Amino acid sequence: MVLQALAFYVFAFVVMASAAMVVVSRNPVYSVLFLILAFFNAAALLLLIGAEFIAMILIIVYVGAVAVLFLFVVMMLDINLTKLREGFLKYLPVGAMIGFVLFLEILFGLGVLGGNSTSLAGLGKAMPQVLAIDNTRAIGRVLYTQYFSLFQVAGLVLLVAMIGAIVLTLRRRPGLGRQRIRDQIDRAKDAAVTLVKVPTRGGV
Amino acid sequence: MTIGLDHYLFVAAVLFTLGILGIFLNRKNVIVILMCVELMLLAVNINLVAFSVFQGNIVGQIFAMLVLTVAAAEAAIGLAILVVYFRNRGTIEVEDINAMKG
Repeated sequence: MVLQALAFYVFAFVVMASAAMVVVSRNPVYSVLFLILAFFNAAALLLLIGAEFIAMILIIVYVGAVAVLFLFVVMMLDINLTKLREGFLKYLPVGAMIGFVLFLEILFGLGVLGGNSTSLAGLGKAMPQVLAIDNTRAIGRVLYTQYFSLFQVAGLVLLVAMIGAIVLTLRRRPGLGRQRIRDQIDRAKDAAVTLVKVPTRGGV
Repeated sequence: MTIGLDHYLFVAAVLFTLGILGIFLNRKNVIVILMCVELMLLAVNINLVAFSVFQGNIVGQIFAMLVLTVAAAEAAIGLAILVVYFRNRGTIEVEDINAMKG
């Protein structure tokens, strides 16, 4: 139990620290790398309470796909690093104030401040119960039966996103030799071939 | 020293606030803003999974998966728009983005 608590505090600290580094980091590449660190530690946090499937999906989707995509785009765009940090201090007071107020509001909502803990009464006490079946099997039993339509809609969302990304970034460059199949098929015989009657011993 | 639901909710609250803070602070870099949106979605996912586990109801984890799907789609579309914008304008500064201003 002490080990679990210790692990929680370590992972939680690293998550929060790396999230802060994502925001304040000078170089966007470092921001992406800290984002990857935050995702890994968040997955470890979820592992601690026994949500293994979501933890692994988090690593696969976020680290394997989303963060690599971010890294790709950050390195592909040629951006001026020093110019990007201008205005950071200018917006720091108002940003910090809004963040502080929002954080206080969330804590009030949770009942940590103000003593109004009725909203969470009885919830935090319960330890995660040991299920008779493992986490992945339990998710599959619900996902493929009761929520199957949502599952398919999620697939549709991904399909639309894929088509949208391809359509957005596709560009036709002029002056690039490209095969136009329709023009090839449409070409008539008399436009392509000329028969020449060659006289004997005369040459063309 | 038992780790309860409120510990997880606190971590998620800090992550969400940091995401909001990042959106306010970075007025130049759209990529960092997109990353902050991902951070906020991560905080929401932690909340959902924590409630799901501590209440013994698996549906929260299903919902977290759907949030994950939408986050991946959003990142793909957002970065594609960003690449097209950079190709056209040569900059990704937030304050310069006013092409749709009436």
